[in-house]
Amino acid sequence: MFSSPLRAAARRLAAGLVVLWAAATAAYLALLVAPGDTVDTIVGDGADTPQIRAEIIAEWSLDRPAVVQYLDYLRRLAGGDLGRSYLLQRPVVEVIGEQLAPTLTLALAAAGLGVLLAVVLAVATAGNRRPWLRRASSGAELLLVSTPPFLIGIVLLSVLSFRFGLFPVSGDRGVGALVLPAVTLALPIAGLLAQVLRDGLDRALDEPFVLTARSRGVRERTVLLRHALRHALLPAVTLAGWLFGILLGGAVIVEQVFGRPGLGQVTLTAVTGKDMPVVLAVVTLSAAVYVAVNTIADLTYLLVDPRLRRS
Amino acid sequence: MAPLLAVEDLHVDFDTPTGRVAAVRGISLTVERGECVAIVGESGSGKSVTARTLVGLAGPGASVRAARLDLAGQDVRGHRPRDWRRVRGRLAGLVLQDALVSLDPLRTVGAEIGEVLATHGIVGRRERAGRVTHLLDEVHLPEPERRARQYPHQLSGGLRQRALIASAIAGEPALLIADEPTTALDVTVQAQILRLLAERRAAGVSLLLISHDLAVVAQVADRVLVMRDGRIVEHGPTARLLRSPAHPYTRQLLAAVPSASSRGHRLAASAVAVGRDGGVARREALPARPEVRPNDTLLDAAGLTRRYGDHTVVRDVSFSIARGETLGLVGESGSGKSTLARIVAGLLAADTGAVTFENAQWSGVPERVRRPLRRRLQLISQDPLSSFDPRYRVAQVVGENLDPDVGRGDRRDQVVDLLRRVGLGPDLLDRHPRRLSGGQRQRVAIARAIAPRPSLIVCDEPVSALDVSVQAQVLDLLADLRATDGTALLFISHDLGVVHHLSDRVLVMHDGAVVEQGPVGDVFTYPRHDHTRSLLDALPTLVTAGRPQEVRP
Repeated sequence: MFSSPLRAAARRLAAGLVVLWAAATAAYLALLVAPGDTVDTIVGDGADTPQIRAEIIAEWSLDRPAVVQYLDYLRRLAGGDLGRSYLLQRPVVEVIGEQLAPTLTLALAAAGLGVLLAVVLAVATAGNRRPWLRRASSGAELLLVSTPPFLIGIVLLSVLSFRFGLFPVSGDRGVGALVLPAVTLALPIAGLLAQVLRDGLDRALDEPFVLTARSRGVRERTVLLRHALRHALLPAVTLAGWLFGILLGGAVIVEQVFGRPGLGQVTLTAVTGKDMPVVLAVVTLSAAVYVAVNTIADLTYLLVDPRLRRS
Repeated sequence: MAPLLAVEDLHVDFDTPTGRVAAVRGISLTVERGECVAIVGESGSGKSVTARTLVGLAGPGASVRAARLDLAGQDVRGHRPRDWRRVRGRLAGLVLQDALVSLDPLRTVGAEIGEVLATHGIVGRRERAGRVTHLLDEVHLPEPERRARQYPHQLSGGLRQRALIASAIAGEPALLIADEPTTALDVTVQAQILRLLAERRAAGVSLLLISHDLAVVAQVADRVLVMRDGRIVEHGPTARLLRSPAHPYTRQLLAAVPSASSRGHRLAASAVAVGRDGGVARREALPARPEVRPNDTLLDAAGLTRRYGDHTVVRDVSFSIARGETLGLVGESGSGKSTLARIVAGLLAADTGAVTFENAQWSGVPERVRRPLRRRLQLISQDPLSSFDPRYRVAQVVGENLDPDVGRGDRRDQVVDLLRRVGLGPDLLDRHPRRLSGGQRQRVAIARAIAPRPSLIVCDEPVSALDVSVQAQVLDLLADLRATDGTALLFISHDLGVVHHLSDRVLVMHDGAVVEQGPVGDVFTYPRHDHTRSLLDALPTLVTAGRPQEVRP
């Protein structure tokens, strides 16, 4: 019998693998039933003769039954081989590797900014100390959550870049170019997180231990930051996995709006061009990131709440 | 010398969406240095609001007025938040009920105590850990260094309540306000905490004790104030107030406490005549019950054992209940009594042992076999609200337990009839249970339990969450139902007085095993087992009250 933490880790890993397999398979099936022929995709605008078609089929082994191709794909995936792009005729690992860094930078900057903004907003407006600020903040959050990111991006662009010229319109040179895309992505996240956090803070402030803390002569700010915030973090951490999805989906669009290189660009080209290996790789990568983020979220629970730790 | 705390004509009002509510309506009190004063009252009397107001934490929407509000020579009426922060923890410490939620569950107890030291700059950063250990030692926490690094959930109820007291005395306040400091605790632990409070007082700290339980405060208080609806109805030295209470409400409270002497009689105020001296002159007798024949076994449990992991929660327990009998089950928290109740109720399987009910196999049979008998055995829990579907109205809550064959029209009539039997009017039919008072909720739970005419009701701490006067009414009601329907009761409680009042026989549980059983009079008068004896010794009674020196160390 395994000790309990080891078993828990093993179970997590197995569950993660199942998620990866399911994501890869779902994407495979979706592309399989999509209209269009793989050979057409690879031929593209090049010369199209029966002989070339036969060569392509032979080179990519497209004459094998779909099941065999699928199993072969899984086998190579397990070995870390993502295949070659049909369109770019280059290994997928290379294509994605080049574009990963800008997207990751954008996502991390947006996540950090979003969390920071949310905490500041929630702490400033929790309880009923400043009713007017609270109302204003709630309204702004609702607006941000319900506005699509591209719209926020366009508004920011036309005001701050076109009118005042504070930030570059597009590209990824320097920190300045990162500001607007990151803010665009961060705002909806901040709106949602702030609502969840404030809700958690309000609930924590009603708990007896807060009364005890106040009865010690502790400042209200300390009560909020030292006691209530940790309690409010728990539900917010639950959202982390889901928020990361928003972040990835949002990045694809925001990269378009701001003309940034990144996975968004790659994904868009691959999907419209039916470049199966690249699409599959992006889906599998997203699933892997999902699994990782959720694992980190579970570990964060243990860090925040000692009651969940098993002695 | 001026008293440590002087309050004159204190009013606290709350602005609510439905209008202004007066929680405290002009009370006056003083606490001298080194004195212990208690405020006793039922829920809604304003006693907790009073306690919080004294440290400037009456709550949002509260407005406080007073002719005088002096604490340690300071007039605190005009205090701004910053001034209050210097009062809290330093001049007056606050101890609340149940340290599991009154200490921050995400922080170690050492950090919680250290917070007071840091806030008021009592000792430097380097000496803080040492002072925390010293404080934990002061409240008799064994292994204080190790405990300081533990979280509240890792400590037992008694130990964490001690830690909470340590955090309240860390700033060396002259006044300690304790709001129901022992309410969630077992009797033996309660006695220890009371002893600890008496010890603080001997060390020179003044105590303001807030409680619903006259017997508890009487163990330590010099003077008692009885509060009702925001007013103080009576006050005086503890012994005098208990011996010859002047106000009818105080008499009512005292008469409503169940004990050996109230056995066979009603508790509720309407059924008790109070004599000239304030003592109980005459009680109305309970109605006669159908005779209990000990050999007419209704439920039989043999050799029940239940383990959770390596921990044995119920250990080889055997007992039987005769038709119409009331069997009391007492024990401290963790003694296994609730687990046993769940096994008896057929909600949990025993690892070994067997239960027969109404001459049929009750344990270890498929639910299909058991279901027809389920209606004969009903359950009443401590918190009725959580046992109701939150979307149901009273009519549905009670109606769901009626015979499924009853037609729609008859159904409502039968529910009205059941509500009448538990003393509730038909006006409550369409009310949501959360809009009812605690006593009304428990009556609805009882109405639901008696709907299928059960032969046995398992009552798990049914009156523990109720005020003493409401408890009296509910106990009277259970006694009435037992007389008219001949229902047997398995009555579980940590309150020995309640069990003594109502039960025919009693089981005493300790560490999962039954250590003693027999007729309730015998067991409680001539306890044979040490554990029973320590339970009885720890029980605060009104007879031993008024002699606070007895519990001083």
